[in-house]
Amino acid sequence: MATITTTRDGVPRAASQPTRGRPGRGFGTIGGYLGRTILALFFAFPIIFMFVSSLKPDDQIFADLSSLRAFLPVGDISMDNYKDVFDTVPAWRFLANSIGISVLTVVLGILVNSLAAFALSRMRWRGRGFVLAAIIATLVVPFETFALPLLWWANKLPWLVMQNGQPMWTFGWLDSYQVQIIPFIANAFSIYLYYSYFSTIPKGLDEAARIDGASWFRIYRSIVMPLSGPATATVAILTFLPAWNQFLWPLMAVQSENLRPVMVGVQYFFQLDVAWGAMMAYASLITIPVLALFLSFQRAFIGSIASSGVKG
Amino acid sequence: MPALVLLVVFFFVPVLLGFVLSLTNARLTSPQGPQFVGLDNFTRLFSDPLFWKSLRNTVYFGAVVVPLQSGFALVLALLINARIRGINVYRTVYFLPVVTSIVVVSILWTFMYQRDGLVNHMLQAVSFNLIQGTDWLNNPSTAMPAIIVMSIWQAVGFHMVIWLAGLQTIPGDLYEAAELDGASTWQRFKYVTWPGLRATRSFILVTITIAALSLFAQIKIMTNGGPLDSTSTVVFQSVRAGYEQQQTAYASAISLVFFVLVLTVSLVQRFLLRDKD
Repeated sequence: MATITTTRDGVPRAASQPTRGRPGRGFGTIGGYLGRTILALFFAFPIIFMFVSSLKPDDQIFADLSSLRAFLPVGDISMDNYKDVFDTVPAWRFLANSIGISVLTVVLGILVNSLAAFALSRMRWRGRGFVLAAIIATLVVPFETFALPLLWWANKLPWLVMQNGQPMWTFGWLDSYQVQIIPFIANAFSIYLYYSYFSTIPKGLDEAARIDGASWFRIYRSIVMPLSGPATATVAILTFLPAWNQFLWPLMAVQSENLRPVMVGVQYFFQLDVAWGAMMAYASLITIPVLALFLSFQRAFIGSIASSGVKG
Repeated sequence: MPALVLLVVFFFVPVLLGFVLSLTNARLTSPQGPQFVGLDNFTRLFSDPLFWKSLRNTVYFGAVVVPLQSGFALVLALLINARIRGINVYRTVYFLPVVTSIVVVSILWTFMYQRDGLVNHMLQAVSFNLIQGTDWLNNPSTAMPAIIVMSIWQAVGFHMVIWLAGLQTIPGDLYEAAELDGASTWQRFKYVTWPGLRATRSFILVTITIAALSLFAQIKIMTNGGPLDSTSTVVFQSVRAGYEQQQTAYASAISLVFFVLVLTVSLVQRFLLRDKD
């Protein structure tokens, strides 16, 4: 496992400014542009095809396949497929569920994981080294190795509900919102990112505050966290993407249509007779929010991915 | 620490439960508690031809995807590490599939891979009708390769960015010195770039391998394990057993074998890539 270093601006540090002689010089010719453009077309054509097809009736999608019209919004263009999507599946509900689940997972994740990292990085307590090592060890275990025991286990967990004004215990988290959120709040990687970022903040700052009588929580809230914006951005992005894209887990753990998130919603379109136009409209619909976020915060997105793998 | 409680309840307990439950007859919903059955689940698993087929498919997918995807990602990273005008546009476009969910990508390519779909029309167009194509996902010999191409297309941008971050940690003076010594482009790559990427290399190898061996969503959406189980994978089989058939114990046994597979492969990789100095 490589160690991870984020610099103060949240992007991995470049050891020096690019100078002449770096690889890639000499590709900046017409041929270089041509090759890069062909590659760009290779990556973009399915996505363009998806958006364009979502605007066309099914028979036109198939008629256009044999020409470049497949990639052009021409002919009988309308939003009818989108109307069909909202008529056939509770798409608003799926979107609202996914937004709620992702936002809560991100917000609670930032809070819980930064607090843990703060305790690991700033406070002295017995077993600290062991806990840190245990957290790092979890990084190499993929979710798929324990998803099925977790499913069994989640079906046994207790939950406090109010019934007729009386608090009451129920058992079994399957088919709920909490089963889609709570297991994904604590995240070893987020803790580790915060932990390495906190260690770049001079300890002198909080020692001075301690002397002035500030509590640990006060130092966390007023000194360390305000200085950790870039780490928070990275954690937010790296928590949001998997939360929005969740598929395996809600597929198993959530049966009720009104609790399901967007990705599981695609199943409703795989009927005997697939309406491809509507399917492409739904696919576009659940891609647009993430794409819009990515295009607005490109540097942060790419920086956060990069910071997940760099050894400083 | 709330994080510690959550990690114990939702990580350490389920991981340990995986070991315990694999030795029982636990079912997802059952009026009776689980009973100890020894190694029955493993005996059953190792005599199940579907398991061996799924294991073979998983290893096949990994063995093709890991070198292709990491190599292709490195080529892309070298291409966008150039200081030319508009390079950020290329970086953004190469990265677009990464922010598109694998679920969306899977339904999109299912459509494109149909017999009369976009892929076959494009193949015909570029080959002047020489290549007729096939029903990619319904043909046992092309289903897995088709999923491999799509998976690389979707994820390669992620590792391109990690390679790029690694490239940018290599000091520019090293390239200048190499150039002064008259090193060719290939020599500069071999003696400056490649050694400079050592840490990035092992990180990329381990993350691609783990992701590849965990193959599930594409299979579930595109082929449901078919045709003729030619795309069934270990994780797919464990979900089918543990969720669709409610056999938690058997699924835990499969997950445990998967765990051992991932652990062994990453330990071997780390051993092979260990610091030799």
